[in-house]
Amino acid sequence: MITLTHYLLLSGILFTIGLVGVITRRNVIMILLSLEILLNSANLAFVAFSRALGNLTGQLMVFFVMIVAAAEVTVGLAIAVVLVRQAGKTNADELRGLKW
Amino acid sequence: MGHPILFYGLAALLIAGALGVILARHPVYAVLNLVATLFALSGLFALLGAIFVAVIQVLVYAGAILVLFLFVVMLLDMAPEDLLRLRGGTLKWAGTLVGLVFLWQLTRAVRVFVLSPPTAPPGPPVAGTTAAVGRLLFTTYALPFEVASGLLLVGIIGAVVLAKKKL
Repeated sequence: MITLTHYLLLSGILFTIGLVGVITRRNVIMILLSLEILLNSANLAFVAFSRALGNLTGQLMVFFVMIVAAAEVTVGLAIAVVLVRQAGKTNADELRGLKW
Repeated sequence: MGHPILFYGLAALLIAGALGVILARHPVYAVLNLVATLFALSGLFALLGAIFVAVIQVLVYAGAILVLFLFVVMLLDMAPEDLLRLRGGTLKWAGTLVGLVFLWQLTRAVRVFVLSPPTAPPGPPVAGTTAAVGRLLFTTYALPFEVASGLLLVGIIGAVVLAKKKL
């Protein structure tokens, strides 16, 4: 018998993996990929709650999260391209232009 | 909420794919692992009755967003990340520790949630078909839908401005 708890725990595990990815990986592209995992773990929780409560709003929220993710990826990848073109590196530790 | 064998199979694929993303040395392998992760997630959505979201997941996420990722990764021609330069692995251990503590707390939160479930009575399970989701999207959530299109427009303009030769 698979319950809501199973899905919530799976979503939590997925979120943790994404969080560890954001913390440990230093490449800008890899950080963006880990962010995608974070967003998707939230999506899983939304859909699981939507099913458990018999309410479609959770699935609508997933739709909006996808739109936000698409906009985020578009701008994020454009910034990564500019970083490579102008600074020549994608290592997040070496990019300290905003630090004073 | 789904057959146990299907759930555990898809969950195993999901976790393996996600681990593959954060452990892959080369960004191309990481993106391909994320594709597998998203397909497993799409299967879980279908298992939960969210058919529309499951299809959108494959079409938009795996089909559009990750192709964009793959394009940029190949365009930039990035070398595999130097794992030895990760400050002697300190960061990796710290990240894993933070992740384990986070997971522990999250598990406790879920356990508390199970002990005291929400008071609202659960309605009958609804199928997330295109018709049902679309009707809700164009009536109750029409304004957020239009605002989202504005967000996408801003994203496009931002990308175009950033991609210009001279900033």
